[in-house]
Amino acid sequence: MIEISNLVKKFGPLTAVDGVSFTVESGQVLGFLGPNGAGKSTTMKMITGFLVPTSGQIRICGHSVEGDARAAKRMLGYLPEGAPSYGEMTPIRFLEFIADVRALAGERRVHRIKTVISQLHLQQVVNRPIETLSKGFKRRVGLAQAILHDPEVLILDEPTDGLDPNQKHEVRQLIKGMAEDKIVVISTHILEEVDAVCTRAIIIANGRVVANDTPQNLIAASPSGRLDDVFRKITAAEGLS
Amino acid sequence: MRNTGVIFKRELESYFATPVAYVFIVIFLILSGALTFHLGNFYERGQADLSPFFNFHPWLYLFLVPAISMRLWAEERKSGSIELLLTLPVSMLEAVIGKFLAAWLFTGLALLLTFPMWITVNYLGNPDNGVIFAAYAGSLLMAGGFLAIGACISATTKNQVIAFIISVVICFAFLLSGFSIVLDFFRAWAPQYAVDAVASLSFLTHYTSISKGVIDLRDIIYFATLIGGWLYANAVVLEIKKAS
Repeated sequence: MIEISNLVKKFGPLTAVDGVSFTVESGQVLGFLGPNGAGKSTTMKMITGFLVPTSGQIRICGHSVEGDARAAKRMLGYLPEGAPSYGEMTPIRFLEFIADVRALAGERRVHRIKTVISQLHLQQVVNRPIETLSKGFKRRVGLAQAILHDPEVLILDEPTDGLDPNQKHEVRQLIKGMAEDKIVVISTHILEEVDAVCTRAIIIANGRVVANDTPQNLIAASPSGRLDDVFRKITAAEGLS
Repeated sequence: MRNTGVIFKRELESYFATPVAYVFIVIFLILSGALTFHLGNFYERGQADLSPFFNFHPWLYLFLVPAISMRLWAEERKSGSIELLLTLPVSMLEAVIGKFLAAWLFTGLALLLTFPMWITVNYLGNPDNGVIFAAYAGSLLMAGGFLAIGACISATTKNQVIAFIISVVICFAFLLSGFSIVLDFFRAWAPQYAVDAVASLSFLTHYTSISKGVIDLRDIIYFATLIGGWLYANAVVLEIKKAS
C-alpha cells in the first residue's frame, strides 16, 4: 500500500506539487494524468525517494520514504521519465548490475534476468550497447530493469512513450498481468491507456488532485462519454482559476 | 557498504567499454615519458633515480585527472541515469565512494604501466628502490586528492566542460597553495595564521616530501583527510541538488 498525505514540493517560488494526498492498494493500477508540468513526474520522483518533499508524508508498504529510505526503495521498481540507463553497457550487463544492486543471487538472479529478457523481447539486442538501440528498445530495457526484482510497487513514468502500437499493447498486457498482487502507478498523457489498464485515475493540474475516480466513473460524468473531454474540461477549468 | 563494490565494478567496466581508458593511458604514458626524457634530462643528469619522472606528475595530473573526474557525476546528470542510480537501494556514500575508487584504481593502473621507467633506471644503475616506491605511493595519493576534488566539482554540474575547467582551477590552487601565486591573494587581507594554514595545504609540498622517500605520517594524513573531506562534500552536494 502507498499512502501519501499532504505532499508539497516547492522549487524556490514555484509550487510544483501542492498538497497531494491519495492511497493506492495492492491490486490497483493507478493512472496518473495531467497536462505537462502539472506535477506528475515531481510526485513520482518524491514517491521513489529521488526528491525530498518540502512537506508531507509518503509511506510505501509501511516504510517511510524519508525515514527508512533503503527499505522503501527495496519495495520499489522505478522507470524514470525517458528511461535513462548507462549507454555504454549492454542490456545483459545492465540487468546484471541492477540484479547485483538489488541483491539477487544464485538461481533466482539467473532466472529473473532470463524472465525479464523474454517478457520484454530483448533477446536479439542483449549484447549491443544500449546507446545504439532504438527508442522502443531503450524503453523496454528500462522496464526490464524496473520489474527485475519482482517488486511490490511499480512506479512507471510514461512507460509506453516511444513504443509502436504493438509494443504498447504488449507493455499494457504486461502491466495488467503483473498488477494482480501489486501496486502499479503509471503516468501518461495517453488517455486510452488509462481506459485500457488502469483501475483508478487521478487527474492532477497545477500540483493539485482535481479528480480521483475509476476511469468508468470519470467517463460516465461526461456527456460525450469520452475521457478526453473529461480531461480537457477539468484541467482547462483549473488553468483559468 | 556492499553496494560500493557493485558500483565500483560497473564504473570500472565503463572505462574500458569506451575509448576513454585507452586514450587516457596512452596519453599519460607518452607524456610522462616525453617530459622525463626531454624536459627532465633523464640521461644527461647521470643519476640513477626517477626524480625527473616524478617531478612532472603534479603537472600531468593537473590536466589529466580532471579529464577523468569530470564525467563521474556530470554524465549521470546529463543522461538522467542519476535518477536511476539514486532510487536504487544504494546509499549516497556507497555511490560516491564506489565511483571514486573506480576512478582511483584506474589512474593507479595508468601509473603502474609506467613500470618500464623503473626497469630502465634499474638497468642503467643502482637506484634506491625504496625512494622510488615511496614516490609511486605519493603520486598515487596525490592523484587521489585531485580525483576527489574533481568528483565533487563534477557533482555540481551536468556540463563536463565546466566540471573540467573548474576542477583544473581548484586543483591548481591546491597544488600551488604554498607559493606566492596563491598566497599573495590571501596575504592582502587574511591574518598570518590563515595564510600559514593555506600554505600548509599545498599538494606540492606534501608530495615532494614523500617523493624524496620520506613517508611521513603527516603527509599521509593530509592526503587522507583531503580525499575524505572532498568526498563528503561530494555526497552533500548531491544530496542538496539531486535533480537540477
